[in-house]
Amino acid sequence: MFSPELAVNALIAGLLLGGFYAAVTIGISISFGILDIVNIAHPAFIILGSYIAYILNAQLGIDPIIAAIIALPAFYVLGAAIYQVYHVAFEMRGREALSGLAFFFGLLFITEVLLILVFGVDYRYVQASYVDQSINIGFINLPKRMLIPCLISILMFIALQLFLSRTFIGRAIMAVAQDQLALRLMAASPTRIKRIAFAISIATASLAGAFLIIIQPVEPSVGREYIGRVFAICVLGGLGSLPGTIIAAMLLGIAESFTSTFYGPSWAPAVSFGILLLTLAFRPAGLLGR
Amino acid sequence: MRSGIFFLVAVVVAAIVFGCALAINNDYVFFAGYTVLQFIVLATAWNILGGYTGYVNFGSAAFFALGAYSSVFMHKFYPMPIPVLIVIAAVISGLVGLGMGYLTLRLRGAFFAIATLALAVVLQTLIVNWNYVGGSRGAYVVRPATVAFLGNYVHYLFLLMLGLAVIALTVARTIEHSSLGYGFATIRDDELAAEASGVPTLRLKLIATTISGALMGMAGAPFPYYIGYLQPSSAFGLEYAVNSIAMPIIGGTATWLGPLIGAIVLGSLQQYITVTISSSVNVLIVGLLLVIFVVIAPNGIVGLVQSILRRRRYERKPA
Repeated sequence: MFSPELAVNALIAGLLLGGFYAAVTIGISISFGILDIVNIAHPAFIILGSYIAYILNAQLGIDPIIAAIIALPAFYVLGAAIYQVYHVAFEMRGREALSGLAFFFGLLFITEVLLILVFGVDYRYVQASYVDQSINIGFINLPKRMLIPCLISILMFIALQLFLSRTFIGRAIMAVAQDQLALRLMAASPTRIKRIAFAISIATASLAGAFLIIIQPVEPSVGREYIGRVFAICVLGGLGSLPGTIIAAMLLGIAESFTSTFYGPSWAPAVSFGILLLTLAFRPAGLLGR
Repeated sequence: MRSGIFFLVAVVVAAIVFGCALAINNDYVFFAGYTVLQFIVLATAWNILGGYTGYVNFGSAAFFALGAYSSVFMHKFYPMPIPVLIVIAAVISGLVGLGMGYLTLRLRGAFFAIATLALAVVLQTLIVNWNYVGGSRGAYVVRPATVAFLGNYVHYLFLLMLGLAVIALTVARTIEHSSLGYGFATIRDDELAAEASGVPTLRLKLIATTISGALMGMAGAPFPYYIGYLQPSSAFGLEYAVNSIAMPIIGGTATWLGPLIGAIVLGSLQQYITVTISSSVNVLIVGLLLVIFVVIAPNGIVGLVQSILRRRRYERKPA
């Protein structure tokens, strides 16, 4: 049963899966980790991204990743609009804890059911030249449908990390989590900064959605499987830390890949929860937490 | 009103409801009524934690399914009458609630919400992989056609759920008017200040999660007998998670009356929509109502009525 070749392949599959999980989680890392907005509807927006990539791919024959880049501005605007409602309805009234959570929970179901009503519950997939190709190096097998999302996801991380650490708005986003008053004294409006950050977090869902539909066929309720995963990664990595997020995503990817290789895929969903509970119990600050 | 008197009043009301249902003499009334009553229990249970202490539980379906599957397990292992199964379910889901709370409630509130969300996924994974209780294929629970004294078995299930609703509402109201309830309210309003004033917040939160989890499990225990064939996707169904949050919030989370009103209004509306339109439109409407109420009327139907009454009283006063 156990062979070194199988284990090496499971490890590499896990790393590739982890790269994809990192793209799925980065939006939550920004909204929950930095802004303290518990956007549990994020996976539903990712599925929305998958369906937009699917429509553009099926109707116009556009590559799903390019389709996602075309849809980025629309997701950015959607994110800004959602933040505006959230800000007026909850942050200004100071009731974001209970009502804010319920608000996003409602959005999760509305998005999911609308997709079900429009597209039905059939699995959808995209066509692209690289979807069923793979690169073989010795006994190592690198499927391109995993490799490409993983590489682009890492690029996205590097770009966002540079944006957050080098630009004024990026640094203001990091500051908004720490001291809003100080930010105001620097003549930056915390509301505007938070709106930009939240819009970026939703925009990443467009790309993550395209990756998802490249990797596996998608139906509207697939998103729910990712809720546990994204929060597990986010908490394990340490809230608000992008390098922590990517490390945690890789770890979860490897853990799930080994579980499904050696115990069977039906056990994989339990891995993320186990990791989440262990982290909360023993190191709630996460790997690279502040 | 003392809790004992409230309990008696609730029993009388329940008896009248049962009498009316018998007078209509239509099995569909019992089937639909059972579902609405089940939601009253779930919504009240959710509100004990979510409404009174302000901690959001997204895993209602997990606790409900835990109750349902503990019944399936006992049904195969050693069949017992349903009231005993309800007690077993209460103990199991209460303990799970306690464990969840212990792991997550020492941290910020959002962690508890997320952990409960993930709990549903994991429990479902465990059940799907556990062949003894049917695995992913599901399990048949053949219910007897009749029962002693009442005759019709569906009437019996309806009566049981009616009893559970009375118990849940009495528990909720008793908590509200006891020092426990005031403790919960301090946690909801300002946990830090409560902690600083010597309120044992962790212990109170653990009590809340345990009671809430136990009541949800009780609501699930008779479910296999109601549905006859239990599979993971129906026990962990979406509608339990979303309804047990939407009903208290739409009704109003401050008092025991809110979840009751929310469950009756939304539950009946859903029975109507499921029969006339479809069940996915059903979830859509609940989601939309939840978002609309949370944004526009955060205090729910009870809060709306209260503010209208207050305004009227104010206008009636001569200036």
